[in-house]
Amino acid sequence: MRHLTYVGVLLFCLFGSVWLEYGLRTRVFRRWLRLLLTVTPIALVFSIWDLYAIAQGHWSFDADQTTGLTLGGGLPLDELIFFLVVPLASVLAFEAVRSAQGWPAGDEVADEQPVANDAASAKNAVEPGAGTP
Amino acid sequence: MTYTQLALTGVVVVVLLDLVVLRTWLLRRRVFWASYAIIVVFQLLTNAALTGLRVVRYNGDAIIGDSTGDVTPAFLGNGRIAFAPVEDLAFGFALVLGTLALWVFWGRAGIQRTPAAGPPRRRSDNLSP
Repeated sequence: MRHLTYVGVLLFCLFGSVWLEYGLRTRVFRRWLRLLLTVTPIALVFSIWDLYAIAQGHWSFDADQTTGLTLGGGLPLDELIFFLVVPLASVLAFEAVRSAQGWPAGDEVADEQPVANDAASAKNAVEPGAGTP
Repeated sequence: MTYTQLALTGVVVVVLLDLVVLRTWLLRRRVFWASYAIIVVFQLLTNAALTGLRVVRYNGDAIIGDSTGDVTPAFLGNGRIAFAPVEDLAFGFALVLGTLALWVFWGRAGIQRTPAAGPPRRRSDNLSP
């Protein structure tokens, strides 16, 4: 069981965020291609950073508390999955805040989200037509 | 480079990515900071588990704090916050901002901009009661 310590942390991150897809209609999984194009380069860059850090001895992993499966360069599988789960959780949190608050992020479809500065459109989202100076 | 130097470099790189390269300007948006505020709490929690249980161990030569040998690191102090090196906050910030800038960039580029998050609605139709 001790080998699953890191996996347990990953599951916590996963279950702590995936419910947002259903609870707050984040619609992230339905945008799977965009998600893939986001997560893949990030996981790649941070895995390279991790490999460098391992090679330089910046940090090391406890073989007893990870799955024991490692990729090239001594990168634990657990750590690679971390770089997939955390970006996913981040996007889910971001879209959940957006879903709950209606705050713009700059990628809205034009006719749904008029061009305006952040503060003004945030107010409009709560009280249409009110609060603008 | 040490982890301290790399972590700060990582923050500079993603800030430039957001403001200059992708021009997503998330650093100016409250949706980003509100999301980050939530994410950083969970980062501190999960990182505390990984470092407090010593799943990951850090070399004192690469961080502001010291190596802790076989002992659990300080919860706070000696360059650590919730057991983890302070550098991890910069690392995490780079990871989160890099991810979200890229996510918004692809959306602006027209890749699966929709279905947008939120209840089913079309503001332009204005059909809701």
